[in-house]
Amino acid sequence: MTDATTRIDELVRSNDVVLFMKGTALFPQCGFSSRAIAILDHLGVGYETVDVLQDGEIRQGIKAYSDWPTIPQLYVKGEFVGGSDIMMEMYEAGELQQLLADKQVAKAG
Amino acid sequence: MAMAAGEIEALILQGIPDARVEITDLAGDGDHYAARVVAESFRGLPRVRQHQKVYEALGGRMGGALHALQLTTSTPD
Repeated sequence: MTDATTRIDELVRSNDVVLFMKGTALFPQCGFSSRAIAILDHLGVGYETVDVLQDGEIRQGIKAYSDWPTIPQLYVKGEFVGGSDIMMEMYEAGELQQLLADKQVAKAG
Repeated sequence: MAMAAGEIEALILQGIPDARVEITDLAGDGDHYAARVVAESFRGLPRVRQHQKVYEALGGRMGGALHALQLTTSTPD
């Protein structure tokens, strides 16, 4: 494992819900990341974000980590869920809510 | 670096021959597209795998030459 992969692995494992994104939750730097945040906020779950624009290693490493070429990327309890399009499709179908309930993810405090 | 809508469609069809592809140029700037890809070969695959198949067909252009592609995948009704 490369150094970046180890760090990504730790981030994914130590946070129930983590979004790798461009920018921050308050100031997303890309429309897709902004949409992903809007969905998470709407779901009312606690989540962590990692700004890939601040870390070139993670920005490249995360693409290989899940064989997924784009950012944002959502992970729930260590598992890759998808990018913002998949989040939106799942949200509209009620599947994202179900996934979070099944995995017993806590609501935002 | 932008890509033409026809080029995106051709690449997807090359990789997923049974696909029906609909491309919409969202911003009219040749850089922000929406693609709807319907294929029988997606049946039984989770969404992540369906999207990965489209990304594979685009051969590494996703996130590079092709910045913004809003992707929706499904199987025929």
